[in-house]
Order: sequence, then C-alpha cells, then structure tokens
Amino acid sequence: MTFLTLDAISKSYGPTVALDAIGMSIEAGGRTAIVGPSGSGKTTLLRIIAGFETPDSGSLVLDGKTLASSDVLVPAHRRGIGIVSQDGALFPHLTVADNIGFGLAKHAPGRDQRIAELMEMVELDGVMAARRPHQLSGGQQQRVALARALALKPRLMLLDEPFSALDTGLRDTLRRSVARVLRAAGTTAILVTHDQAEALSFADQLAVLRQGRLVQFGPPRTLYGKPRDRETATFLGEAILLDADIASGRARCALGSLTVEAGHRVGQATVMLRPEQIRLKTAAAGTRIEGPFGHVDDVEFGGGNYMVLVRLDRSDRAMPDFLSIKCVGADIPEPGDLVGISVHGMAHVLPD
Amino acid sequence: MSATAFPAVTASALWRLMTAARGRSRIPYFWVTIVAAFVSLVSLMPLGFIAWITVQTGWETASKLIFRGRVGELLINTALLELCTLPLTITLSVALAWLTERTDLPGARLWSLLAVAPLAVPAFVHSYAWISLVPGLHGLPGGVLVSVLAYFPFLYLPVAAQLRRLDPAIEDAAASLGLDPWQVFFRAVLPQLRLAICGGSLLVGLHLLAEYGLYVMIRFDTFSTAIVDQFQSAFNGPAANMLAGVLVSCCLLLLLIEAVLRGGERYARVGSGAARPVERRRLGRLLFPALALNAATVALAIGVPFVTLTRWLYIGGADIWRIDVVGGAFGQTILLALAGGVLATIAAAPMAWLSVRAPGRLQRVLEACHYYVGSLPGVVVALALVTVTVRLVLPLYQTFATLFLAYIMLFLPRAMVGLRTSIAQAPVELERAAMALGRTPFQAVCQTTMRLAAPGIAASTALVALGITNELTATLMLSPTGVETLATKFWSLTSEIDYVAAAPYAVMMVLLSLPLTFLLYVQSRRATGQ
Repeated sequence: MTFLTLDAISKSYGPTVALDAIGMSIEAGGRTAIVGPSGSGKTTLLRIIAGFETPDSGSLVLDGKTLASSDVLVPAHRRGIGIVSQDGALFPHLTVADNIGFGLAKHAPGRDQRIAELMEMVELDGVMAARRPHQLSGGQQQRVALARALALKPRLMLLDEPFSALDTGLRDTLRRSVARVLRAAGTTAILVTHDQAEALSFADQLAVLRQGRLVQFGPPRTLYGKPRDRETATFLGEAILLDADIASGRARCALGSLTVEAGHRVGQATVMLRPEQIRLKTAAAGTRIEGPFGHVDDVEFGGGNYMVLVRLDRSDRAMPDFLSIKCVGADIPEPGDLVGISVHGMAHVLPD
Repeated sequence: MSATAFPAVTASALWRLMTAARGRSRIPYFWVTIVAAFVSLVSLMPLGFIAWITVQTGWETASKLIFRGRVGELLINTALLELCTLPLTITLSVALAWLTERTDLPGARLWSLLAVAPLAVPAFVHSYAWISLVPGLHGLPGGVLVSVLAYFPFLYLPVAAQLRRLDPAIEDAAASLGLDPWQVFFRAVLPQLRLAICGGSLLVGLHLLAEYGLYVMIRFDTFSTAIVDQFQSAFNGPAANMLAGVLVSCCLLLLLIEAVLRGGERYARVGSGAARPVERRRLGRLLFPALALNAATVALAIGVPFVTLTRWLYIGGADIWRIDVVGGAFGQTILLALAGGVLATIAAAPMAWLSVRAPGRLQRVLEACHYYVGSLPGVVVALALVTVTVRLVLPLYQTFATLFLAYIMLFLPRAMVGLRTSIAQAPVELERAAMALGRTPFQAVCQTTMRLAAPGIAASTALVALGITNELTATLMLSPTGVETLATKFWSLTSEIDYVAAAPYAVMMVLLSLPLTFLLYVQSRRATGQ
C-alpha cells in the first residue's frame, strides 16, 4: 500500500535548481534512505516533506491526504510528521523530560508516564530526565530528539543526517537502535544521509539523488549490484569499471570473458564488478596462468580486510593498468607476487 | 680560584633560574593581583561610604531620615517608573528585534541601524527635545515615554544579537511537534531570549535609577533628582546621604532580582557545526502594522530630537555659535573624555588580564567589585567622593583627580568588557614565547597580548569616552570651578530655559556620539558573524 507519494516535486532557488521533478512512492512501515553527495537536494526534499519549504510544483500525498500541491499547502505543524535533525535541535531551556513532553499537552493525564515510556523505548536512563541538553553526550541528545518526535506517534518520521555528528562506533549502535525503535513503533521512516554505508544498512528502499534529480530508486541490494550509471556505482561502494564488448550474454573485457545478465544490448559498454567478486590466487614466479594475471604493487591493511593493488600484465586492449581488489582472509599476497585473477558471479552492464 | 669560582657560578646560575622561573609563573600574577585588588578596593569606596555614613549618623537619625513620607513617595515613583518602563521597553525591543532579524521586513538592515541610533542622543537631550515639542509633558507618563525611547536600544542590541544566534532547527522541531507560529515564538523562541532580556533589562533598570537630567526636565522626582536637590541646597547633609543609601539598596535589589530571574543556566547552542542561516518569515498582512511600528519608533526616538534640534538651531541662527564658549566646552569635553577613557582602560587592564589568564575564586571576587561599581548611579559615586575629599583630603576636593576617579569608577565595567574579550583572543603562548626569548613578564605582556588586543582596547576606550562625553550628574557635582563640558553647559542653559542657546551643545554631543554608536552596531553584528 502506498503511504507517501511524491509526484514531480520541483524546487528552485533563483537560478539554482534544487529539485527537478522528483517522484517516488513509499510503502507504509518502510524505511527509505535518500542518499546523495552534498548539494544533491536531499535535505531540501526532506524539508519539503516536513513542510518547512514549499515546492514550486508537484504534489505530496501522505496517507491519502494531499499535503502540498498547486492549490493545497498544509503547514508543518498540522502534518503530524516527526523530525530528528542533524544535531537534535533540543530546546536548550528545557530539561530532557520537558523536551520529550514538549508536544504533549501540559497537563495531559499520564504525561509523566508517557515520557518515562519513551525514555525507556530509546534506552535513556531515568536519571537523565532532569538534565539539560548541554549535559548530554551527542548520542544521548539524538535519543532525546527521537523520543520527543515519537511522543506524538507520528505516521512518518524524517531523519535528517541524525548520526553524522557522532563517532563511528556510536553511530552504528545508535543507527541499529533507532531502526529497532521505529520498527517496534511501526513508524514509516525516511533517512537522509551522505553516508552510503549507513543508507545501505538502514533502509529497505534507497533513493539516489544527484544534482536535484532522482537517479535511481529501489532496494539497497539491487542498487548496489545493478547501479544505473558510473556515479551511482562508485557512490554506493568500491567499483571496478571496465570497458567491454557485449555479445550473446558475455562481456569480453580486461578480465576475460564474463557472464552478464541476458537481454542487454550488444556492442561497446561498461561493465561493473564489485571488489568482493574478484579472487586472487598467488602463483610461483614464471608459472603460466590461465586467464588474466598481474603483479601485486601494494597491499594496504584496512583492518579486517586488505586492499591489494594489482598491476595488470596483459594489456591487449584499452583497460586499466591497475586494479584495486578487496581481499579477506589469511591468504594475502605480498607486494611483488604474481597473482591470477578470477571473477565470481555476473558482471553488471551499466545501462548508460 | 676555580675552586671558589665554580660554586659561585653555580649559585648565580641557580639564582637566575629560580628568579626566571618565579618571574614566569608567580611574580606577574602576584603583582597584577595586588594592583587589581587596589582598584577593587577603590571601587568599594562608595559602598563603604554609605555604610560609614549610616553608622556615623546613628540609627535614630538614620531611621528618621529613611522612614519618612518623602522617601516613600520617591520609592513609589521609582517602582512605578521601573514597572511601567521595563515591560514596555522589553515588548518594544523584542518586537523590533524580531521584525528586523526574522521577517522579510523591507529595509530590515536600515531599520536595525535606526533602532540603535537613539543611543547617540543623551537621555537628557531626549527629554529636552520632548519638552520643547510638548511643553506640558511631565510626571510619570512623560518619564516613561522618554525613558522607553532613550533606553530601548540597550535591550534591542542583545535581543537582536541573540535572535541571530538561535538555531532555526529548534523552531522547525517545535513546528513539527504541532505548534503554530505564535506558539513557536512563545514556547521555543522567547525562552531562549531570556538571558538577553534579563541582561538588557538590568541595564535599562539601572539607568532609570541613575538618570538625573532626564527626570529633572520632565519634572518627575526620583532618588537621583532628590539627592542632587538636597546636595545643592544643603551640600552634604545627612538627608542626601541617607537617600543615597536607599538608592544603592534599590540598585542592589535590581541586581539581585536579575540574578534570580537569570538563574544559573547557560543556553549555549547544543549542536555542533554551523547552524543553517535563518529563514525570514513572510509578514503578509502584518507588513503594514510592522512598518508602522518601526516608523513610529524611529519618528519618536530620532525624529523628535532631530526636528527639535533643527528648529532651535534655525531659530538661533549664527548668534548661538559663539566659538569661544562653544569651542571651549567642546575642547574641554574632548580632553576630559579622552583622558578619562585612557585612565579607565589602564585601571581595568590588570583585572581584565587576570580574569582571562588566571581565573580563580579570588579573581572572581575582585572582578565582581570592578563590575558592581559601574552599576552605581553617578550621583552616589559623586556624593561619596565629595564627602570623602571634604572630610579626609580637602586639597583633592573639586580637582581633576577626583573627577577622573569618578569617571574611572563609573565606566570601569565598560572598559573591562572590551578589554576582556580582546585579551581572550590573544593566545597565552605568545606571552610565553616572548618570555622564552628573554623579555621580562611585563614586557612580554605589553609586547604581545596588549599589542594584539590594541583594537579592542581602543574600542573600549572610545566607549568610555562616549560615556564621559554624555555624563552629567557626577561632572556637575565634582568638576573643578571653571570646567564646562558640553553636558554641563547644556544643562546650565536649559536650566535657564534658554533652549535656543543650548541647542549647539546638544548637537555636538550627538555628533560626537554618532560614530561610536555606529561602532557599537557594527561590533554587535560582527560578533554574530554578519
């Protein structure tokens, strides 16, 4: 069931086009991540959904109710949409409890109990209730901001880079706990981030924005494995891009003849491989190797994995001289080693 | 030879090391603390004077002088003045600040400059302008009207600065929690302005207590006017001294109320990173009321003095510009203001340096002494100095030394504020580097920190000079015979109802104040990055 529909949303600031006819549908209870480099328009899109900005054209429908269109504009405070911003935006003059209860009526029965429930939900210790925002750590502030937004049981929760100001370790922990809390509350969520790893692990739908245009929209695995263009391919992770000749379900390229999905066009194209599809096999110097091979130029330890830079030896066609390959495990080659290169799985042919 | 020389060399080297080490760490702090403590003691003098005089007068006489109808009247007047003026000033300044900083008001920058401009007109010139225009204006309504117009920039400046600093994300958050724009303002914006409002209100409140000229002209009795009256009729009778005691109590009460209202909290912006620039709200149907409010304020606070002064100057023609008299007052004012500015800055420097470099409990106490004295009315400081010089050191009575001492005390906080911030911006490492390169501690501080802080020091000296240029009460009571400043000359002419002849002096005070007012405006915008 479609819960939120964006139809041809556009927004310009003077001559700068911030959003260009964005359209997408989001399912109820889903977690969508909007990713893109800075300046791609992702925050503007979020602010339009929240009601802080007015779209120049297009419409926005939430749960069957039009929030913005050419003749309707529901102001932010009547939308019932929760938001957690980059640094929490807690009210500095209120305690944690009053921040969380800000949206609840002052003398509503059960207010204190609801606040306590919310604090427990976001894993905040009860002693924090009387503290002020400036006495909290960054992670705690974000938990308070989340609890405050959850207090009104919003149908839709917008998360505007809520983890970006935190340390790496804390970021992962908090992301998991936010995802869990939102799932438990059954809240539909949209996360805006410039961190692809965060987006891939958080969302069940991914929207890639670039220069105000929606480049691709779909499940994270699909986008990771089958990106539409070079930029998306490299933005979502390490990618090996090779020129290839496509014919009858095979791509002939620097790494030999690779299988590709059927039904693709024939002729010149670019294929993409992810580093984890490539295996290296060390061979004694002077051995003949079937298929592509090269010499290890450099090995970079990345903690848990290694990036191996291989200089390709056979250059029979236009192809990169070097390949960067991610290796996991014990069998790591040394610089100078001769390695054979094999490819697992299918190569992805970029449509453009 | 070598057997005896060796220990001698070692000993002298050791001695040099020890003195160097002490020179680097302890001696400057020690001596600077001594100097700062001396300045603090001097600033405590007016309070000491009040206590001493109360004891000397004896409880019976004192209570007779304090608990009488006249004091009750003055207390009621003062309370009414504060209670009417402060809420009006707060409302006006917050409204103007919000309009100029957070809405799409056309010409917002110009309106904001115009909202600070009334500071260039001394309070007693404001009332002079109003009396010229509406001769019947008097009493509480007149006093409140002119006070609001003369003092609202003191509140506008901090409130506008704070509004610029607020993180708009907080207002967005409040809206997303279901608050309409008015609720957002009252529940999310206004509480964050509390510190600015408290600070500004305190400043205005203290000015209301201290101001003399404004209320004499508008014929409204306050403690300050009553004390000067007593002083002029009975010199330094116990009646004036007891009134001064009550006035000081009022000041302390105001300070206490502000401290309680302000609380111990700081509303620093919690988040990291730069806040998004604020979005200006569309005024829509409110545009015309908003423009009208701004225009009316400007017309009353700047238009009235401007029109009146122009009119008197036009009526007076060339005759009132007698260059010997006007020029003499102008020259004397400039000299007094500059000398006073430099002296106050020098007096404030040790404390300012200490409070940045060696903050501690003792330093905080000394600093409090430096700040409190500036909140005392000029009339109290002057009265204390008159009494002390007459009774203890008569040769100093009505000399420049006493007058400058009064200026130092009255404007110590102004000098402190500017000095502190500019010293805080000079890294201590430079002082250490200079000492490592062989400068004595004193040379090091002068050649690094003070040099770097020079622009800030110049600005605070200028602010003190501005204060002295427009100072009336203490100058009236303390100036050596023959000394005529622009303010005192203006005052004596208006007392003779010679409004025409007084006009040139008022114009010159305004002209001298204008550049400094502009500097104040620019500084407050720069402090918030605009």
